Amino acid sequence: MSKHHVTTNINGEPVEFLCEAQQTMLDVLRDELHLTGSKEGCGSGDCGACSVILDGKVVCSCLMLGVEAEGRKVITIEGIAQGDKLHPVQQKFLEHAALQCGFCTPGLIVAAKALLDENLNPTEEETRYWLAGNLCRCTGYDKVIRAVLDAAAVMRGEPGASVST
Amino acid sequence: MPRVSYTAPATVDEAVKALAGAAGLAKVLSGGTDLLVQLKSGRLAPELIVDMKRIPEMIGIREEGEFFVIGAATPGVMLSAHERLEHAFPGIVEGVDLIGSTQIQGRASIAGNLCNASPAADSVPPVIAARATAVIAGPNGRREVAVEAIVIGPGRTSLAKGEFVVEFKVPKPKPRQCDAYLRFIPRTEMDIAVVGCAVNVTLDAGGTCIDARVVLGAVAPTQLIVDEAAQALIGHKLDADTLAKLDLAAQRACKPITDKRGTIEYRIKIAGVLARRAAAIAFERAAARA
Repeated sequence: MSKHHVTTNINGEPVEFLCEAQQTMLDVLRDELHLTGSKEGCGSGDCGACSVILDGKVVCSCLMLGVEAEGRKVITIEGIAQGDKLHPVQQKFLEHAALQCGFCTPGLIVAAKALLDENLNPTEEETRYWLAGNLCRCTGYDKVIRAVLDAAAVMRGEPGASVST
Repeated sequence: MPRVSYTAPATVDEAVKALAGAAGLAKVLSGGTDLLVQLKSGRLAPELIVDMKRIPEMIGIREEGEFFVIGAATPGVMLSAHERLEHAFPGIVEGVDLIGSTQIQGRASIAGNLCNASPAADSVPPVIAARATAVIAGPNGRREVAVEAIVIGPGRTSLAKGEFVVEFKVPKPKPRQCDAYLRFIPRTEMDIAVVGCAVNVTLDAGGTCIDARVVLGAVAPTQLIVDEAAQALIGHKLDADTLAKLDLAAQRACKPITDKRGTIEYRIKIAGVLARRAAAIAFERAAARA
């Protein structure tokens, strides 16, 4: 069976790849493009460790075929920081120690960025519901939620909110 | 996953041809949130996947005269973001919003939720309660059926080989018509309904119900339209006697199973409770439109 030639955009860069129809986007990211930040936790859309932003919407890359990326824009965890400058969500995850083993962290950061791209002033409840599809077995979620809300305050430019340097 | 072919047609006609031309099993792909899980588990091994998301009429929400027309492959997130649809049918949007996580919402469609044919599908009861129809395309042309005619049992639909849902037509609400959907799950988020209940009511200027549809999910092999429950509402305001009759009618309609999420007795009891609560919300919303 011949491979599909896919032309897409990943983290702002034009990208072409070859894949078989049954390869998921997560397979393509990790095995073909060697972008191994996105993780496979469950492979069935329950855990969110493979979250990417597809045309502005957060989705599970394990439930998307690689061929579906044709002509789309994909943002992965590797595209969240601007060069050496961490995104406020990443910085606040560090400051709040919002991770332990780290396996869920790429998905949580991608999903949190997607939330703040849409809503810079989410309530705690909105944040918890938004991130309900990202499972973490370590943190108990509280530090994660605090980190995201703190990052939102920084992004709103609130007095007193800042990132440590 | 086993090997499979993939095509992404640009028109409904091309999709019909692709499905008709497949020698073995061909599956329609919308959001893929059920299909890919079934492929990975080996439950399904199609030779062809036909991706409908490149067909313009199958993505998005249009208003055509007295109808909202919802493309079959429209992801949940687009339905929730559509202010006029959300205002007209808050119950449909409530059902859609309960399907999976934010990530799943970014992909999952109501046609997929319907055609996956789970008795617990959250978007299906409110769509049936709204008396929506589905436009189906296939090798013999197009036909339009009531949404409740599609699911015939768990995992089974009335769609013939090569047929697929193109779009849903939802008649716009009349004055003082509104809906609500509630589901019960054992936790606060990310689970499958123990019971779901949609209520869609139309009131007269005095607040008396003149039309109603009550639809239960997860308490029978398919979604149930409970006529006796609707009859309990029609001609009445939402007083204690009416609520008691509604509760009883909802309970009587249930033919549930016992599983890890709830027993038969529990599901029956909850069906009555949800019918009362959903009716209260629907009446309040409809009255607010007076």
